[in-house]
Amino acid sequence: MKKVFALLMAACMLLSGVSALADEAVTLKIAHIGPTTGAAALYGLATLHGAEIAAQEINEANGAFKIELINEDDEHNVEKVINAYNAALDAGAQMILGTTTSKPCEAAGAQGYTDRVFFLTPSASSTAVIEDKDNVFQICFTDPNQGSASAQYIAEHGLGTKIAVIYNNADVYSTGIRDTFVAEAAEKGLEIVSETTFTDETTDFSVQVADAQNNGAEIVFLPMYYTPASLILKVAADKDFHPIFFGVDGMDGILGVEGFDTSLAEGVMLLTPFVATATDEKTVNFVTKYQKAYGEIPIQFAADAYDGIYILVAAAEKAGITSGMEPEEVCDLMIAAMQEISVDGLTGSMTWDESGAVTKTPMAATIVNGEYVFE
Amino acid sequence: MTKAKRNRLIYNIVTFALVIGAFLLLQSMIANKSITRSLKGQLVPICCWVVMAVSLNLVIGISGELSLGHAGFMSVGAYTGAVISGWLLNAHGVDNTTLRLVLAIVAGGMAAGVMGALIGIPVLRLRGDYLAIVTLAFGEIIRNLVNVLYVGVADGRLTFSFLNKSMPEGVTMLVDGAKGAVKIKPISTFTAGFVLILITLIVVLNLVNSRAGRAIKATRDNRIAAESMGVPVTKYKMMAFVTAAALAGMAGALYGLNSSTVVPTQFTFNQSINVLVFVVLGGLGNVLGSVISATLLTVLPEMLRAFSDYRMLVYAVVLILVMIFTNNPLIRSVLSSAVAPIKRALRGKKQGGETA
Repeated sequence: MKKVFALLMAACMLLSGVSALADEAVTLKIAHIGPTTGAAALYGLATLHGAEIAAQEINEANGAFKIELINEDDEHNVEKVINAYNAALDAGAQMILGTTTSKPCEAAGAQGYTDRVFFLTPSASSTAVIEDKDNVFQICFTDPNQGSASAQYIAEHGLGTKIAVIYNNADVYSTGIRDTFVAEAAEKGLEIVSETTFTDETTDFSVQVADAQNNGAEIVFLPMYYTPASLILKVAADKDFHPIFFGVDGMDGILGVEGFDTSLAEGVMLLTPFVATATDEKTVNFVTKYQKAYGEIPIQFAADAYDGIYILVAAAEKAGITSGMEPEEVCDLMIAAMQEISVDGLTGSMTWDESGAVTKTPMAATIVNGEYVFE
Repeated sequence: MTKAKRNRLIYNIVTFALVIGAFLLLQSMIANKSITRSLKGQLVPICCWVVMAVSLNLVIGISGELSLGHAGFMSVGAYTGAVISGWLLNAHGVDNTTLRLVLAIVAGGMAAGVMGALIGIPVLRLRGDYLAIVTLAFGEIIRNLVNVLYVGVADGRLTFSFLNKSMPEGVTMLVDGAKGAVKIKPISTFTAGFVLILITLIVVLNLVNSRAGRAIKATRDNRIAAESMGVPVTKYKMMAFVTAAALAGMAGALYGLNSSTVVPTQFTFNQSINVLVFVVLGGLGNVLGSVISATLLTVLPEMLRAFSDYRMLVYAVVLILVMIFTNNPLIRSVLSSAVAPIKRALRGKKQGGETA
């Protein structure tokens, strides 16, 4: 009876905005869903490890919240993700941190929309993940938003005004980013002087690069994955053409391309929310702990998931979530709270609107001496 | 009634009884809410994989041809089902989910059946392992084709394209290239899956035990002897193959409409092999075995979630153990002696019923 009374008191205090007594901390049951086995395990393990570090920090801090992390593997499979999701709810999960990859997130998020379960995905970036669902929120930019974010970054940092765009017109990722980039560039008074296309089969980029060069581009925007980008850099070097090359997250990995002379990538800029070599206190703390626990350098996905746990706690505090609250109840409270909070994380300062898309300051890294660094 | 006939009857009764019994048990569990979310979520996929396994068994076990592209037929069914359902909803405003589901499943089965016929006509005339090679290629080709297929519905009309750019204004995309079939309204139900299993069992068991079925088995056991008896080999092999393809297409439509999205990567060569494993483990030509093994092997990885990342390792070990045990003569004799009294009882009852 006493315990019930104490719990009730704690709940009342929380609701009235007073922080709960430390010994009556609220336990949040959060399920991480991502591929921890299979071909995409690299990403799923990164988000799991990032989340584990954040959960450990929060539990050690003995604050108003305790985190109980449940992990379910979805194998990056649209059928298995539903099983993982159901297993997580059977295990008592109140909310989901996930899923890590886009396609499974689309399927699980839709199921969660019907069942009323709250999702916060660290890294599923396609627009379909949040479309037509009020229960899914993103930490990363949606694919097309990277285009407008890039244009914003270029304009705000005064990198140049004459821009050439080379994009893959057979690829949704590439065309999606290009469309929003061009629209935002017009708003910001940037001039697109050259626009050329290629397809998945293209191996010779001399026409596209020559067009950019002849039109006097100061910046060449490359919304594509790193493989074609590496070929473009090679051609540009051969033509003695040295503008600023600006890429998006698909460019992350260009330093690892086999047989690619990494000196060609010197000075290339890319939009990324996290760089492990950054020297700010938060990043150093995270990278040190991560390396100690898992013996490797964290990638962007890990940082997203680390922020994810802190975002969930911030939203839960705002929403007044209590231990053992049902997922259905949690969902609507969290949706409302997410739109009111603002979180300062590893990957920037973030706010959300009702669509579930994140608003944060775009950050760009530059490749210097074969490493990604922030300006 | 001959002994063989009686055994067959008992086998069929046991098969149907098991399926119907399992369905009733699960329905009652759903009704009194004693079922876990995890199991409930797997019911429709289980039904799909059972139909897939039974239909593949028709090709491999009964007609003796190796098919390695069964997932290809499933994807044809899944995509057709998703398009038909989306089209009926968006263009014709058909709100009745049962009607949409039935039409989608029928269309999925027909589309896959036509594909099966197109492949079967040239290949089943040949002797040897050509069907395995061609179905393998078919599975991959279909997957690559749907990877660049765009289907949209605008103004009540379906638009197909292999180039995203040529879609009209205001289009609602149903199939979006590499993103797969999108924004599907999930309408599959466990009852629909159960009915599909019953239909599959009725079709397959009737076919196997009919005149045509005996001809199919004759072509499997000795092609030359069957031919010299005047059995048209190609015709009967086609019958089995096209039936199996159509059933796989129906399972695919049910599978596709169970999720909000379907992607080409779900229907890879690995998936075909997975179904092959169900069939081999259940026993070639053993329909009941396929039903049981497809069910157990679909549920097993989920039951092994406690082993977290090692569960596929455990899964593989379980597969090997099952293979060893079911082929061990000692264990087989123990099993059959355990089953014998039940068989006798059933037989006695049947005979009693006849004499009464």
